[in-house]
Amino acid sequence: MDLAALHRDERSQAIIGLLIGIVFGFLLQKGAVTYYEVIMGQLLLTNFTVVKVMLSAVLAGMIGFFLLKRRGMVRPHIRQGSIGSNVVGGLIFGAGFALLGYCPGTVAGAVGQGNLDALFGGVVGLILGAGIFSRMYPSISRGILKKGSFRSGTLPDLLRMKEQTVIVLMAIGILLVLGGLELLRL
Amino acid sequence: MLGILGLATWSPYVVGVAIGLLVCLSLLLSDRPIGCSTAFVKTCGLIEKAFRGKNVEGTEYYREIPPRVDWQFMILPGIVTGAFISSILSGVFRPEWIPSLWQATFGGDVYLRIGVAILGGILLGIGARWAGGCTSGHGISGTLQLSVASMISAACFFIGGILTAMTLFSLGG
Repeated sequence: MDLAALHRDERSQAIIGLLIGIVFGFLLQKGAVTYYEVIMGQLLLTNFTVVKVMLSAVLAGMIGFFLLKRRGMVRPHIRQGSIGSNVVGGLIFGAGFALLGYCPGTVAGAVGQGNLDALFGGVVGLILGAGIFSRMYPSISRGILKKGSFRSGTLPDLLRMKEQTVIVLMAIGILLVLGGLELLRL
Repeated sequence: MLGILGLATWSPYVVGVAIGLLVCLSLLLSDRPIGCSTAFVKTCGLIEKAFRGKNVEGTEYYREIPPRVDWQFMILPGIVTGAFISSILSGVFRPEWIPSLWQATFGGDVYLRIGVAILGGILLGIGARWAGGCTSGHGISGTLQLSVASMISAACFFIGGILTAMTLFSLGG
């Protein structure tokens, strides 16, 4: 199969996007992370389902991505970050995350399971927010978004360690956190 | 088989591992990580295009993220559909205006809930584009590629989220 040709075929890609979305939405709903109570439980530190889903996704995906990349079947998509973009934007995102009780992916899943606040509040707000940002973009794109650029793109780069070593350390760290959450019955 | 598909919830570890592998599949088949916040930019651009015509292509941000019905847009109706199928198969689909935890804490005023949700959505939309990704794009897809920017973003999503949630729920009593 010629993957490069598949990547260029826009019609096929739109269909693949839909199919990946369907599987993703199905998994988010089965994982219960489409529920307001589960997401707020995570932010109030009483329910750790969101962290469990995210860390096991990172664990499996990190290993899968590494193996595929070594065979030249995937390429990395990493952007250089900055304090002005990732820290400031991340904190604004966090405030919205807690007020809404869903994130941009789970809000769509919540709509699918029937949550009308996700549709008439969350989706409407997200579209408005995207529109507001598109108006702000010209004035911040060369200013605050570039402030305090990070020197390294990836963790192995930052730590000056081999990628395999970082993956093993991350995997051990993730397993320890997940094991700890189970021991504490969180 | 429908037995498993009909369960209300799966183990978070099973779901997480499957999502991680789905990101790998997406990188393989589409040369794209999974992310959701770009879809809202495209939706907004498509709505503006319907009202303002070709003018929107003068907006700098829409030149970078063209308002088109493509992969990054289609993931959104996909997620809605997938969650709908899952909730129908397990019989938990239920139209609901106010989540029970909100109702128990802040009461049954629909306008209050929708108002706060819209405000939250606006901040979420601005923040996601400001940081260049969301919980899926940075938190999962970027972090599993060991991106420093993604890990810092994800940490800030939760720091901001925890501080805001604790403040909000202390107001609710």
